[in-house]
Amino acid sequence: MDTNLALVLILAPFLGFLLNVFFGKRLGKSLSGVVGTTTVAVSFVATLYFFLQINQTKQALSIDLFEWMQISNFKVNFGLLLDQLSILWLLFVTGIGSLIHLYSISYMHDDEKMPQFFAYLNLFVFFMITLVIGNNLLVMFIGWEGVGLCSYLLIGFWYKNQEYNDAAKKAFIMNRIGDLGLLIGIFILGSMFSTLDFATLKTAIAGASNLNSYWIGIAAFALFIGACGKSAQIPLYTWLPDAMAGPTPVSALIHAATMVTAGIFMVTRLNFLFDLASEVQTIIAVVGAITALVAATIGLVQNDIKKVLAYSTVSQLGLMFLALGMGAYQVAVFHVITHAFFKACLFLGSGSVIHALHGEQDMRKMGGLRKAMPITFITMLIASLAISGIFPFAGFWSKDEILISAFHGNIAFWVIGSIASIMTAFYMFRLMYLTFFKEFRGTEHQKSHLHESPSLITFPLIILAILSTIGGFISLPTNSWLNEYLAPLFSATAHEEHTLGNTEYMLMAVALVGAIIGIGLAYFKYIKQNTVPSEDAEITGVSKILYNKYYVDEVYNAVFVKPINVLSSFFRDHIETTLSAAVFGLGKITNELGSQGRKLHNGSIGFYLFAFVIGLCAIISYLFLAQ
Amino acid sequence: MNISLILIILLVGALVTFLVGDKLASKVALFFGIAAFGSSLVLLSHFNAGENLDFISKWISKPNISFALKADGLSLAMLLLTTALTPIIIFCSFGNDYKNSKSFYSLILFMAFAMAGTFLAGDGLLYYIFWELSLIPIYFIALLWGNGDDEERKKAVVKFFIYTLAGSLFMLVAFVYLYQKAGSLLIEDLYALDLSSSEQLWIFMAFFLAYAIKIPIIPFHTWQAKVYQKAPTVGTMLLSGVMLKMGLYSIIRWQLPIAPLAAKNYMFVLITLGIAGVIYGSIVALRQKDLKKLLAYSSLAHVGLIAAGAYTLTLDGLRGAVLQMIAHGFVVVGLFFVAEIIFRRYETRNISEMGGIRSQSPKFTSMFMILVLASVALPTTFNFVGEFTVLYSLSQINVWLAIFGGTTIILGAYYMLKMFQHVMLGETNTKIFADVTLNETITMVIIVAVLFFFGMYPKPITDLITPSLETILNTINK
Repeated sequence: MDTNLALVLILAPFLGFLLNVFFGKRLGKSLSGVVGTTTVAVSFVATLYFFLQINQTKQALSIDLFEWMQISNFKVNFGLLLDQLSILWLLFVTGIGSLIHLYSISYMHDDEKMPQFFAYLNLFVFFMITLVIGNNLLVMFIGWEGVGLCSYLLIGFWYKNQEYNDAAKKAFIMNRIGDLGLLIGIFILGSMFSTLDFATLKTAIAGASNLNSYWIGIAAFALFIGACGKSAQIPLYTWLPDAMAGPTPVSALIHAATMVTAGIFMVTRLNFLFDLASEVQTIIAVVGAITALVAATIGLVQNDIKKVLAYSTVSQLGLMFLALGMGAYQVAVFHVITHAFFKACLFLGSGSVIHALHGEQDMRKMGGLRKAMPITFITMLIASLAISGIFPFAGFWSKDEILISAFHGNIAFWVIGSIASIMTAFYMFRLMYLTFFKEFRGTEHQKSHLHESPSLITFPLIILAILSTIGGFISLPTNSWLNEYLAPLFSATAHEEHTLGNTEYMLMAVALVGAIIGIGLAYFKYIKQNTVPSEDAEITGVSKILYNKYYVDEVYNAVFVKPINVLSSFFRDHIETTLSAAVFGLGKITNELGSQGRKLHNGSIGFYLFAFVIGLCAIISYLFLAQ
Repeated sequence: MNISLILIILLVGALVTFLVGDKLASKVALFFGIAAFGSSLVLLSHFNAGENLDFISKWISKPNISFALKADGLSLAMLLLTTALTPIIIFCSFGNDYKNSKSFYSLILFMAFAMAGTFLAGDGLLYYIFWELSLIPIYFIALLWGNGDDEERKKAVVKFFIYTLAGSLFMLVAFVYLYQKAGSLLIEDLYALDLSSSEQLWIFMAFFLAYAIKIPIIPFHTWQAKVYQKAPTVGTMLLSGVMLKMGLYSIIRWQLPIAPLAAKNYMFVLITLGIAGVIYGSIVALRQKDLKKLLAYSSLAHVGLIAAGAYTLTLDGLRGAVLQMIAHGFVVVGLFFVAEIIFRRYETRNISEMGGIRSQSPKFTSMFMILVLASVALPTTFNFVGEFTVLYSLSQINVWLAIFGGTTIILGAYYMLKMFQHVMLGETNTKIFADVTLNETITMVIIVAVLFFFGMYPKPITDLITPSLETILNTINK
């Protein structure tokens, strides 16, 4: 029963994919959307069943389906693991997935390739489920690469635009840099423990008497590189903002709520390994903190509504990694969940806006939309309050826990995290003010067509807004359901809860004040002073650097992409021809020797006799000398 | 029943194809190709049931040479690759009209015969004869049915012929030496030889020249790109799908067990050479203008990794190498077929003249995409199984080898996706791209199905090859 239901859970979206691929045209637009949405909803229901079950029994379920690969002295099965972590993850992957599929029925309705869109989206959910549900590293890797593929396909969904194709390609290749790291980590673990199975790995590591901590550290670091690729951390983050080339529901599902959290999932899954590598944990925390700060600063000045949200995602992921680096896995998971709620809501809301403005993404050409689009406005406002960390919205609780654990780890992390959070509040309300307040700055034509989006779009927004409001209550400082639920995954020391003392209350207050300051600054600048950035205004000084994202793309181009292309041309035009000429040269030498040799056979008996005598002398003298 | 059946079918097939005339040639050739494949499957089931399929008969008494065919798991796997790809390759050519087609298809079957013989031979001289024999049909196929400027093609093909022949001569010398030592060229006698380390080195080097040119391993690859480009696509498929695997197979079958000490002493150099091929091939592929040349360099990169795996002298390395040989065989045939399908419509191999095909033919796009993904070893494709195993074996020797070898997953994605983007994506091409025909679809679906099936369930092949690889490893480590 459980096995069958697990198979339904994983295969339902795959069925949706197949149906949409093979019968998409016949199904037509709406029906292909219905198929896509229903199959994901089926997975959600199945997940719900497992969730209710495990919440009671607390028993993880491991199912080995068949033998997949043989590596030296061990075998890797295609197996599933339904434990607290995977079920929790699946819950929001399939839940939010269903909502976003539903939303897409309306959002993508004008696109003639709608069946293809749902096919890719279904395939993505299938691979995401595989990533989460695998009971060993290699099955996880199937999902890991599979979601990367779907991300590639969906970023480049409008493939006639070569810029979008470039963005898609960039995402895939950058992810692959990380994937190599992940593979190396897998190799090291495989050779150390002769297994890639999570459960066996955990017992092996727990039971090992003298672990080689050097190689444990290397493995953890290599795995972390993989996490950096998928979860867009420095230095592998630049693909995510470009990924906004994809349709907005894709940005919401893949590039905000689910796929980009894969790195956090993997580190949490292997928490028993990372616990043993404290240097790597420090690196994770540092990378996370810096990413959170750097991305937030870039987000301050972007004018494209989706770009702001993209950098915000990078920044929030940075905060999650900061928590992971502190060993506060359950805190990171908590923030993953609340972030999924409010960031999906924000992206879908921005999609609603873009939809109403016929594709306009530049906030400088928006404004005043709150009257025309009240539901979009209110839901986005709630999500913005949540991400800014305003009491009692979801983000307040999770972000607060991150800052508290950072504070207990290293005060510098707390400072960086707090600054990033203030910036978050600022750029989010900059976004809100520019989009929804003051006068509309678009064209007359757009103005006359302003409308609230249809209910298929607003319904998911409302649900997500509700979740953004109450989502934080799953882990209150005084009474955390989440920590209790996840407890079996972590070692006893890892989930030691901070007692609520004066310090904690102080920190909460400081965070809240910080968020309010951020919002206040945005209010002052964009409502009071009404300094809407105009399109032709020249950007100077620090803002210019920020606006151009610290020129990181340019640096990467100059340091990696250009040289490798120059090298390619050089190899093609010079080395290849030289090598080829060398072989021909060898041939020529042989030829030459041949024609020289031919001169010896000149037909003159005298010469032959002469040669014969010389030869004979040589042999005789050799024999004499040899004696 | 014994394994010589397959050789007979292929040889008779070549003869019959030649005799039935131009009209029926392609269909008859396909029939014999399928018959050979079917018989290989039947023989495989016999083998799995424990039957001995070897065939040994005295051939020449002085010198002591036997007509010995050995069918162990490794040979059978390679045989199956040959007989599975041969009908596919023949079927690929159904959309083309070849002049003098009876000779053309006859040569294809004859080549399959020679290659199958190479994989089965259990006697050094017999092996050498098959090895050289396979060169003759491909020489004519490339020369007479190839494309491009006649003079240029002739130059490239003749260079290829002489170069590989010259390399192989060293191998012949090695066999002569070995015969003097062992008094026979039966493979088990050669395995049993106790050679000094300097003898092994010389023999190893002689074999290496032959194989390095055939595979090719850099810097012996200079014949490859031009020949792949100039040969008719069927010829390119035979070369890249099967023939280059003769070299890789021979490393495992002949070179390593006969001269294991040299292999051990020079392991790092050899692996490094293979990995250098991976990186070099990938980088050169990046900016190729000709689609077939790009695929040729991608092939160079992939076989470099396979060779590196074989030279690790570990079970994983050998197993990964064989798995990847088979996977690469299928994917490279598929990719060259893609190039051919485009050529049939656009009459160009120049990437810059393509683009905007996706909007015209979604079916073709999907299948091409899958082949690209298999080529970059996405999990669930067969190529992932092979590449992962090889990289794993490299990491067991030294983790840096895995890192450098692993750049293939980054660079491979780079040049393949870049190629795909310029060939398929962008604004709709003004030239009309007729949708793929039924024949073309069938071929691609078969290839894709094989890649996915063994990607998820490689066990049948792994179980087939592992015992013979373990035997070979025992010989190496004796």
